[in-house]
Amino acid sequence: MAAVEIPQEEQAFLEYVQGGGQVETTDWMPDDYRAKLIKFIEMHGNSELMGVLPEREWILRAPTLQRKLALTAKVQDEVGHAQLIYRVVEDLGKPREQCLADLVDGKAKFHNVFHYPTKTWGDVGVIAWLVDAAAIISQKALLKCSYAPYARIMKKICWEESFHILHGRDVILAMVTGTPEQFELVQEALDRWWGPLMQFHGNPIPSDEDPMYLWRIKSQGNEEARQQFLDGYVPQIWELGLTVPDPKLRKRDDGVWEYTEPDWAELKHVVTGHGPKTQERLALRRGFLEQEQWVRDAVLAA
Amino acid sequence: MSHPVWEVFRQERRGQPFEHAGSVVAPDADFAEAWAREQYGRRGESVALWLVPRDAIRDVEDWADEFDLKYRRVDGYSIKARLKEARERAGTVGPG
Amino acid sequence: MNEQALLGLADDELVLGWRDSEWTGIAPLLEEDVAFSSIAQNEIGHARAVYELLAGPDGDADVLAFDRRPEEYRCAPLVELHLLEWAHTIARRWLYEVADEIRITALKQDSDTAVAGLAAKIDREEAYHRMHAEMWHDRLRDEPRFQAAVAELWPHALGVLPAELRGELVSRVGLGEVEATERGTHTDELAPMWEEMTMVRRSAPAGAQW
Repeated sequence: MAAVEIPQEEQAFLEYVQGGGQVETTDWMPDDYRAKLIKFIEMHGNSELMGVLPEREWILRAPTLQRKLALTAKVQDEVGHAQLIYRVVEDLGKPREQCLADLVDGKAKFHNVFHYPTKTWGDVGVIAWLVDAAAIISQKALLKCSYAPYARIMKKICWEESFHILHGRDVILAMVTGTPEQFELVQEALDRWWGPLMQFHGNPIPSDEDPMYLWRIKSQGNEEARQQFLDGYVPQIWELGLTVPDPKLRKRDDGVWEYTEPDWAELKHVVTGHGPKTQERLALRRGFLEQEQWVRDAVLAA
Repeated sequence: MSHPVWEVFRQERRGQPFEHAGSVVAPDADFAEAWAREQYGRRGESVALWLVPRDAIRDVEDWADEFDLKYRRVDGYSIKARLKEARERAGTVGPG
Repeated sequence: MNEQALLGLADDELVLGWRDSEWTGIAPLLEEDVAFSSIAQNEIGHARAVYELLAGPDGDADVLAFDRRPEEYRCAPLVELHLLEWAHTIARRWLYEVADEIRITALKQDSDTAVAGLAAKIDREEAYHRMHAEMWHDRLRDEPRFQAAVAELWPHALGVLPAELRGELVSRVGLGEVEATERGTHTDELAPMWEEMTMVRRSAPAGAQW
């Protein structure tokens, strides 16, 4: 029985991954594939790490012991995901220290949603419920990534994310069945987060123009992900008596969701380092990285 | 790779095989254990872990398969026709 | 049961857990960040279990955890300090675990079976905290920053234990006995922490659900 051979030449490799072929760390891969892979996966790791910062403030303010524990566990998971992800990038050839240096120097990107402020406990609920939901849709699609080590960690990540959404929904439900002020906290947070949520999956590039899709790093187009998000979560939002701040939002008879075109200029502006909280959060990261260099030297030195 | 990588194998339930779960960067077995315990066991998802320094692992990925060695595999045998003949001869052809 | 002592234990674990949880996301190594967060969660879990014991079957642990004035908490000064620097954080962890082991060992002998049983449960989980603290102590023992932090926090560490148990702590840590920073008064760091810890809870009427 002949083993499946990894093609030594780019076109053959392309056909191989498009046919569902899987690639391991020590396999030959085109330079462009490796570069795109590193960039994509690194951005994911950066996002998990930066996503921690808006939420960790609220760990200290959680209003019950149960919520404190759940939120700490959720943020712990995000850090754990960053660890899994950076290990994959490291095995592809880019050391973790380099990824972190590029991140705090503003040379690498992370997802739009983590550039925005969290203002109330309502944000805590909306993020855990809806931002994590948007993320899990992308992450489920990544289970089919052509690069096997990444696909494998996505399995653990998706399994851990499942409690995040439930926790988020539970937080929201407690508030929308609580006092009128608590209901308002949720609505107000939702009004602020809707724009970034709609931008989250990126602008609708046709799949055949998306190199990440061609290499089967991503197996789902941006618009497909967004439609899945709307289909799954808008009914859940509406059934609680909450409103979505988009008068055009509706589901057509053919099942496609219509909505006001997201502000793609804002998305670009934010992910290139100009979000309301970008510089402050990068500075926080940079500060701790510098302060703690001696610890890494003490621990990882020979 | 400048920093020591430890591969983590986990057993989900007693009796199951140990499967590769991921890796941690750690200076020694104690740190590797402390960290792998949490990364691969904080939810009770593993009953046991094996921690192995990456360079203790020998990677094996290729075999020669040039000649017909089907005699030692299940797919090298096709007994249907002969079995039918033997049953007919013995008068023991069953239903179907 | 000695309610004051138990409240001291619960408040120590609550406040230390709160302080330790602040490292979530910003610890020096990602692997350590995950492990350290588990320790913080365990401490809060211990606090909750002791509050539940004190509150009784009809009581609410959250009321004890959140709804007292800062001056009513019985935590030791050691846990109140805001130490967002790793040498001090690990020095505190190590000193606290040594002191806490002495305290828990005594509680495991308590004549109240509920207290003794809970102490045994806590002890089984603390075994992993001790392993973690010893591991770091071993690695950093020659690091001047760490040694200085231990020396600085030593009077506070002594204050975690009642006077009759301090001899044991002195022999395990290997530093000379000094005047302890006694439990009973609070540092000026507790009140701001309490403000932040309770701000969301206080924003709704008592009894509101979250």
